[in-house]
Amino acid sequence: MKDSRNSLVTAPYLLWSVGFIIIPLIMIIYYAFTGPDGSFTTRNVGDIIYFVNMKALMLSIALSLVSTCMCLLIAYPLALVLTQVVEKNSSLMALIFILPMWMNSLLRTFAWQNILERKGVLNGILVFLGLQPFYIINKPPAIILGMVYDFLPFMVLPIYNSVSEIDKDLINAARDLGAGSFQTLYRVIWPLSLPGVISGITMVFVPSLTTFVISDILGGGKILLIGNIIEQLFTQDSDWNAGAGLSVILMIFIVISMIITAKYDREDG
Amino acid sequence: MKKTVGRLYLTLVLIFLYAPIATLMVLSFNSSKSRAHWGGFTFEWYLGLISNEEIMDAFRTTLILAFLSAFIATVLGTAACTGMQFMRRRYRSIIMGITNIPMLNADIVTGVSLMLLFIAARVSMGFTTVLLSHITFNIPYVILSVMPRYRELNKSTYEAALDLGAGPVYAFFKVVLPDLMGAVLSGFLMSFTMSLDDFIITHFTQGPGFDTLSTKIYSEVKKGINPEIYALSTIMFLAVLILLFFVNYRPHLDKENVKK
Repeated sequence: MKDSRNSLVTAPYLLWSVGFIIIPLIMIIYYAFTGPDGSFTTRNVGDIIYFVNMKALMLSIALSLVSTCMCLLIAYPLALVLTQVVEKNSSLMALIFILPMWMNSLLRTFAWQNILERKGVLNGILVFLGLQPFYIINKPPAIILGMVYDFLPFMVLPIYNSVSEIDKDLINAARDLGAGSFQTLYRVIWPLSLPGVISGITMVFVPSLTTFVISDILGGGKILLIGNIIEQLFTQDSDWNAGAGLSVILMIFIVISMIITAKYDREDG
Repeated sequence: MKKTVGRLYLTLVLIFLYAPIATLMVLSFNSSKSRAHWGGFTFEWYLGLISNEEIMDAFRTTLILAFLSAFIATVLGTAACTGMQFMRRRYRSIIMGITNIPMLNADIVTGVSLMLLFIAARVSMGFTTVLLSHITFNIPYVILSVMPRYRELNKSTYEAALDLGAGPVYAFFKVVLPDLMGAVLSGFLMSFTMSLDDFIITHFTQGPGFDTLSTKIYSEVKKGINPEIYALSTIMFLAVLILLFFVNYRPHLDKENVKK
């Protein structure tokens, strides 16, 4: 382990990551703070104060917060169930959460259109059962559903990993010392699973905040999230400076959410 | 009782996860092109698929892209992990920090940043730019899969090989790599899957006339998706399901051999 020449095999990746990770990020910042003629400006980043942009950003934040909370509410009990039902490292986990990815995610999101439509599958079943049909397609709840659907695995897997790593003796000890199920969950399992919860929150919040695909497919093209605005600036308007400006705003939010989660991670982990 | 509630909950979530997949499978047999109503059972879309050059082209591109990007990412990523074993801790954590950037960053930001890079470098967008981008987001999956395995690895076997006169390269391929193979393979498979399913980064780094299945589907979402795409997706999904089923049964034999 002393031969430092051996570490040279990392060099190709190091060059790669500088060329395709670091430099591109610097490019965004460069474009964000320059005008079309290359002179310095803060106008692109300042564009966020326009009503349309601000409204899209606020809607994105609201929807991604709601969908992150819902993912957590669904995923946590699920992870607890999975640790009891599924053997450790069993490929059943892969079967449940990786397999769906082999059906294209755009198609799967698109399939929700069929399910949620006015005369879709779900309303068909509801009417058949004599219940009230409901109409959420092309409205924000449909987008939330799409987010929860697409990103739920990213919440379940880290929580499952951290829960399944908890020493069974700790849980038994808590029980022996007189803790009930709820107390064991709240005082022992929850604190120990917190690193998984936090990494799950980041893994769901960031893609929900920045998506443009889900809002495109389930929002009927009428609901604009901040991701949609950036996407249009780049692909339709070819206004790279303005697009980069709003991307920098997005990056600020991503970094803030990472800092918050990293802080929690240190305090409790 | 508690176990029943648990299983019921698991079933409900599974229904939620698989409902869209079931819907698409049903639609692939629907003879009515409008997806709103059921027009009867048909194999039409499966037969039409074979002669649909556009879809088959996109399918081929998707597979080639996924294979190449996963393979190159696996080689680069495994090499990177190997080299990092010989580094000081501080440098190693800097590299791991950089590796985390594409994982934690938003796909749209990664896609846009690569697009700006290619524009600035005046590279024309097409297969090459998409391949470079896919390799970039795949390498972290390989590294995050191989690195933990290296930590568990018994380093003395490598040193023993060196003491017995093997060169470092020979020792790596003969002693270290066989132990890493599981992690390397799962990194490859993860990369392959990610590349296959990617839309956002491809969307920003593709050029005109280039299509993967994802970009093809996206361009058809508004005007209505050709049911032949449902047929193709159903075939792909079932193929993987069957593959997983077989892979699932093999480890049982392996495990018995290992547990001596």
